[in-house]
Amino acid sequence: MYTQALNTSDGEDRNVEDAARSQQFQARIDAEERIEPNDWMPAAYRKTLTRQISQHAHSEVVGMLPEGNWITRAPTLRRKVALLAKVQDECGHGLYLYAAAETLGSSREELVDAMLAGKAKYSSIFNYPTLTWADIGTIGWLVDGAAIMNQIPLCRCSYGPYARAMIRVCKEESFHQRQGYEIMLTLCRGSEEQKAMAQDALNRWWWPVLMMFGPPDATSQHSDTSTKWKIKRFSNDELRQKFVDATVPQAQFLGLTIPDPGMTQDAGGHWRYSDIDWTEFKQVLAGNGPCNRERMAARRKAHEEGAWVREAAAAYAEKRKTRQLAQAAE
Amino acid sequence: MATPNTTLWEVFIRSRNGLAHKHCGSLHAADATMALQAARDIYTRRGEGLSIWVVPSNAITASDPSEKGMMFEPAESKIYRHPTFYDVPEEVGHM
Repeated sequence: MYTQALNTSDGEDRNVEDAARSQQFQARIDAEERIEPNDWMPAAYRKTLTRQISQHAHSEVVGMLPEGNWITRAPTLRRKVALLAKVQDECGHGLYLYAAAETLGSSREELVDAMLAGKAKYSSIFNYPTLTWADIGTIGWLVDGAAIMNQIPLCRCSYGPYARAMIRVCKEESFHQRQGYEIMLTLCRGSEEQKAMAQDALNRWWWPVLMMFGPPDATSQHSDTSTKWKIKRFSNDELRQKFVDATVPQAQFLGLTIPDPGMTQDAGGHWRYSDIDWTEFKQVLAGNGPCNRERMAARRKAHEEGAWVREAAAAYAEKRKTRQLAQAAE
Repeated sequence: MATPNTTLWEVFIRSRNGLAHKHCGSLHAADATMALQAARDIYTRRGEGLSIWVVPSNAITASDPSEKGMMFEPAESKIYRHPTFYDVPEEVGHM
């Protein structure tokens, strides 16, 4: 994905705003043209996308932790291979997204370091624990379901490399949601205890999942320019409503109760949910969720313990290069 | 850390016999062998390919988008390069 290595106009005007160019840029966006890495773009567009895509990549990588927690304890071999494949996909998604973010001019190392230093965020949903096997079903069904709602419009995002990465991600993501729902269905058709376990998981995940769509439209700080630049095609509240409308019948089919006694269906068929507790969202975002510290510690440990592998691979590549040069000179 | 940034590679995959290799993304790896292995893991988890090429990104020379007009416009005006430019009476049949 044509990265910074191909940026021909390094330095020149890259971060300088230029009214005429900005206008031309907006005209291209309005005409639904895709912006590619070497095209001129406003510095703020570059910055917004770097932030959004790298946070998305960090989320995929951190997202491996809560589910990885259950790989060794999956109830059957069938569930185990499926979960393993799913976690492997999340890693792949992280890598597609890092590559897309790098096309904007930051190096992989810079992006990863920002995350490990706690300067870059990841989706707060991954700061909740996976206490039972039903949590794995619920994550696939609801967390991946919500992610798909968010990601499908991103396949038409104005920035080419991001849109292309999202197309790949969305294709693979639908298996994730289906395997999750199948786990829930099996539990709900099982014993009373299994059904209670499924209900308990839904009770714990429902509200955090609704928060995944971000703050309400009235308070969201990034929405206006992102909409103008066609990075964002639907507002947070629109996507949240779409998700709720799609999910309620799925929960009814399972025979589970959504933990929102105030929920009603309006005349238009939309399910109206109660007010969301945004103080919880802010707390988790600020680092005070149930697993924030654990997740960061796990990522830092993995990075530090992998350092010798990166160093050895670099040293080996260097040695081989030197040897080849010496042979060529003989 | 003193380790230099890991080399960037562009990945091209041939999906079926008879089709050309197509660019599908990029990855970081210390050398070509590791780049091939990583490409297999990242880009062919669902049987997407029968053949993989990896190329160091800095080996690619790209056209400059600001010279797009100079590069490609001359082709746009040459409509006589397309079969539909020529009139063939219907009676002649498919040609």
